[in-house]
Amino acid sequence: MNLALKDIRHNLGRFVLTCLGLSLLLGIVLAMVGIYRGLIVESLGLVRAAGAQVWVVEGDTRGPFAEPSRIPGDMRAAIATQWGVAAAGGVSYQNVEAQHRGQTKRLLVVGAQIARPGEAPRVVEGRPILRSRYEAVADRGTGLALGEQIKLGRDTFTVVGLTKDLVASGGDPVVFIALRDAQKLQFDLTPSAARRELARLSGASGAIDTVNAIVVRLLPGVDAKRFAQDIARWKHLAALTQEGQETVLARSVIDRARRQIGLFTALLLIVSTVIIGLIIYTMTIDKKKAIATLKLIGAPDRRIVGLIVQQALAMGIFSFLTGAALINAGQGFFPRRVVLEPADAAILFGVVVVACLLASALGVRTALKIDPASALAG
Amino acid sequence: MTGQPVVEIRLISKHFGEGLARVDALREVSLDVFPGTVIGLRGPSGSGKSTLLNVIGCILEPNSGSMSLNGELVYSNKWLRADLRGLRLEKIGFIFQSHNLLPFLNAWENVAVARVMAGASLAQAKARALELLTYLGIERRKNAMPGELSGGEAQRIAIARALANDPRIILADEPTAALDSQRAGTVMDMLRKVATERQTAVIVVTHDEKIFDHFDHIYSLRDGAIEQPQANAA
Repeated sequence: MNLALKDIRHNLGRFVLTCLGLSLLLGIVLAMVGIYRGLIVESLGLVRAAGAQVWVVEGDTRGPFAEPSRIPGDMRAAIATQWGVAAAGGVSYQNVEAQHRGQTKRLLVVGAQIARPGEAPRVVEGRPILRSRYEAVADRGTGLALGEQIKLGRDTFTVVGLTKDLVASGGDPVVFIALRDAQKLQFDLTPSAARRELARLSGASGAIDTVNAIVVRLLPGVDAKRFAQDIARWKHLAALTQEGQETVLARSVIDRARRQIGLFTALLLIVSTVIIGLIIYTMTIDKKKAIATLKLIGAPDRRIVGLIVQQALAMGIFSFLTGAALINAGQGFFPRRVVLEPADAAILFGVVVVACLLASALGVRTALKIDPASALAG
Repeated sequence: MTGQPVVEIRLISKHFGEGLARVDALREVSLDVFPGTVIGLRGPSGSGKSTLLNVIGCILEPNSGSMSLNGELVYSNKWLRADLRGLRLEKIGFIFQSHNLLPFLNAWENVAVARVMAGASLAQAKARALELLTYLGIERRKNAMPGELSGGEAQRIAIARALANDPRIILADEPTAALDSQRAGTVMDMLRKVATERQTAVIVVTHDEKIFDHFDHIYSLRDGAIEQPQANAA
């Protein structure tokens, strides 16, 4: 005879309503973890999309995802001729605000060379960029459709291909354009500013053939770490392996988000624990007479403790499962990508179980202090 | 009255507080209750009858004296058994003024729970519960929740629960206080039936004069001491 379940059944409405409230809280906890995972997947997704094994960047910098990095575009040819290089491509990254269907959209514009490392990977619809001017491959997150046009800077681009789930670490969807277009977008001045600049430099023109990084694909068997060390000997260049670049990104970009999300997750878990604790305490107080009667007729303490703890666990587990189902069903409606991994869910489930055990402590303490003689009082 | 008393109390004293605040709730009370008898404890408020019931029920520890329950010496200036709940489960059945049925269990489950607490399987406990409900003539209400039972029905379920573990002693605290004369009479008849047929000693604390004629003996308590017992003429 499970007294906990009998009592839950007796107060089913209150139990279900309480669990629904708790499930929303636990659902938010799961969503926070999912958003964090999504952040990692998205951030690393862009770095991994380049398909590089080595990132060559400006000397004494950690690459374009951590700090400004500019190197001459013609350096690509010098890198490409190094022993062990299969392919190399210059890339640039810039955040741009663009108007689309009357809305201002913030985009990460990636400039990449056609058919070279760094260009748009996995075009799920349409085709890659084939012409060096005014073509774009956009992520579906931009809301752009195939054949649609978008104005970036002073030029209008036609969307020829679409990618999926490719966004910057800040959540901005990615648009790929040809490197030359990207350089023009970055350095072209308005006519009046161009005239002023021309006069200031007395005829000398500033070089616009710069890139933020050169991504390198190596031949099979070539050690990326060793290659990066060799490149780093060039005084004006630095090189990171793909693994190193991902670490830099994780540390500099994701770490703060992880701490923020971790803090909110911890706070929500504490709030959930306190709520479960208070509800279990209230339920115990409601059952004071029943517990006193059970003690008086001879029920051992383990039965009383079992009644309280099982109810706390039932509440936590039911709420967790409902919360997980809610978030699973609604993850498409979140403004950020939510990645729910079974391992995270399992860990959170364990944390919820521990929280329930902690939360039931107050109820258990109260129940154990109930005087059996109080059952005799009218 | 023949044979060994099931409740044997010798010079039991209990006081609360110390010094000027000391209240002597029981003063060297001695009492024998024999199997098959129904006795009443009466007295004004504060006379010590509830304290005596709590002491017999092993809920409250006296300060001195000795007490045997069903032939086992359980108190001699200190408890002689550590597991007092086990002792209650084994030897004593309780009936309360407001029946105290567990609100989340139905009638048969309320009876079976005492048996389950004693270690019986649910099937055994259910069989025993149904047997007792039949014995007390209330088996038709076996699936009713406590809120659906009348006062008399609830009290009969409570009596069945008190009998679940075949105790030799039943302690009843004002079991008829919330009932009208007819239902009070029915409950007392049942306690009499239990006492007679199962050789159980039934001790009832009551103020209820309308049931006085159901007792074999009525003990009056005043200032923590028992006055001369009155054998019931009825």
